[in-house]
Amino acid sequence: MKAVNEMKLTIESRSVNESFARVAVSAFVAGLDPTVEELSDIKTAVSEAVTNCIVHAYENTMGRIYIWVGIFEDSTVKIRIRDRGCGIADIEEAMTPLFTSQPQERAGLGFAVMQSFCDKISVRSTAGKGTTVTLIKKIESRQRC
Amino acid sequence: MPVRIEADKNLTTAYLSGEIDHHSCVFIRDEIDATINRLAPLELCLDFMHVSFMDSSGIGLVMGRYKLMHSLGGRVRVRGVSPSTMKVMKLAGLDLLAKIDCKGDIK
Repeated sequence: MKAVNEMKLTIESRSVNESFARVAVSAFVAGLDPTVEELSDIKTAVSEAVTNCIVHAYENTMGRIYIWVGIFEDSTVKIRIRDRGCGIADIEEAMTPLFTSQPQERAGLGFAVMQSFCDKISVRSTAGKGTTVTLIKKIESRQRC
Repeated sequence: MPVRIEADKNLTTAYLSGEIDHHSCVFIRDEIDATINRLAPLELCLDFMHVSFMDSSGIGLVMGRYKLMHSLGGRVRVRGVSPSTMKVMKLAGLDLLAKIDCKGDIK
């Protein structure tokens, strides 16, 4: 299925860009007239994925984060967030709630939030090459009067 | 300023505002911890009334402060939480750890 509308965004892995990334994605999706809750879910999921790139993929280094957003005919939104960072050796372990490789202050809930706030997520990763997270969420059309 | 702190020996209140994410968390954490370590209050109140966004970094923030307060024999209260922030907190089970008042619960 081909997207009816799409956008691309490339940002540097600076933590100050976390807010820009989630706001940019939510502004693009806003055209579908989502509910406040749907938009907030998307913002939160994007924030988690982008933070993972900064904190884990490019830990202590600077790299690029590639974001692609596609909107489909049935109001499904697909968000792909890709990095060329260190990759995840054990995806299952990384996705386990409360697991974190940085226990000082991270809750280990990034993937749990993405899973809970989206309809579907997929993670592909190659150690040393990078990670691609795909978030899928259907925006239910609002009841119009 | 993402955090404003009012403190005395019994109660430290941290008024958080704006967006809480991995970027803003560091500053907020350092500000709150400096006060807690100095005063060792009986209670820490985290006020979310003016928080417009929070991701799981905020969970780490609340949990970390809970642990610190717990180690000093104090307790944590969370108030003014919006529905979207509550959704993230509930996912982490924070509602089982600290007393959480939502927006509208308080005047």
